[in-house]
Amino acid sequence: MTTTAPLLVPDFDNDAATGRRLAIIVSKGSLDMAYPGLILGNAALGEGVEVDLFFTFWGFDIITKGRMEHLTFSPVGNPATHIPAALAPLPGMATMATHMMHRSLHELDVPDVPEFLALIKAAGARLWACKLSADMNHLTQDDLWEGVDGILNASDFIERTDGAQLLFV
Amino acid sequence: MPTTTINGHDITVDDEGFMTVYDEWDEATGRALADAIGVEMTDEHWAVIRFVREDFRAQGATPTIRRVSTAGGVDTKRLFQLFPKKPAKKMAYIAGLPKPAGCV
Repeated sequence: MTTTAPLLVPDFDNDAATGRRLAIIVSKGSLDMAYPGLILGNAALGEGVEVDLFFTFWGFDIITKGRMEHLTFSPVGNPATHIPAALAPLPGMATMATHMMHRSLHELDVPDVPEFLALIKAAGARLWACKLSADMNHLTQDDLWEGVDGILNASDFIERTDGAQLLFV
Repeated sequence: MPTTTINGHDITVDDEGFMTVYDEWDEATGRALADAIGVEMTDEHWAVIRFVREDFRAQGATPTIRRVSTAGGVDTKRLFQLFPKKPAKKMAYIAGLPKPAGCV
């Protein structure tokens, strides 16, 4: 049975920004752990949520020019790959696993890390590099991907994301 | 599925108001849907909406922001200006299509 109703308009929250904000701390630099923060950040941006990402410790590789294109995925210590634990550390296994993950991602048209960063940057994300990680790696802004907004210490990031919901990856 | 009348046409919509029957849409309907969510349609908006419709017909799925950008050639930043805040859903709504199901 059908009913005729007044025009139903989805709630796009157009008026008065609801002010929802999301802060994502990206602390891991393996290929598989780079994506959750990027995908969720991208989804939030597409819903009109303000997003700040903080790349720290191993996550620093994701925004480091010389490393961002070479993130790898290792099945070692990860039972969810369903590769027998004794085989996971064999030579060549990480290369193969990385290759397979790239292929699965490409089949779903998920972009590589640099292109993904460009996508979320164009969607309005702010990208921050962790000061301590920069110092530990002896890196400066010049070593980082061009879309990175700046290098912040932890307190500055916490201050800047006052009131935001927080996601730690 | 409820039906509703817009611009003199009966259309079938889902619980949120997204159209569910591809062929019930025409550009006058699209314009009325855009009005309803406060989007003022320009030629640039229409080019995007026509791409989104065409892509749905060809692919069987509503394109995501990334797809409109890579296959449709409109950059992401511009999509956020044309359809502020929630471009993917707004494009789908105006184009008379379901919300995109893809994550990226």
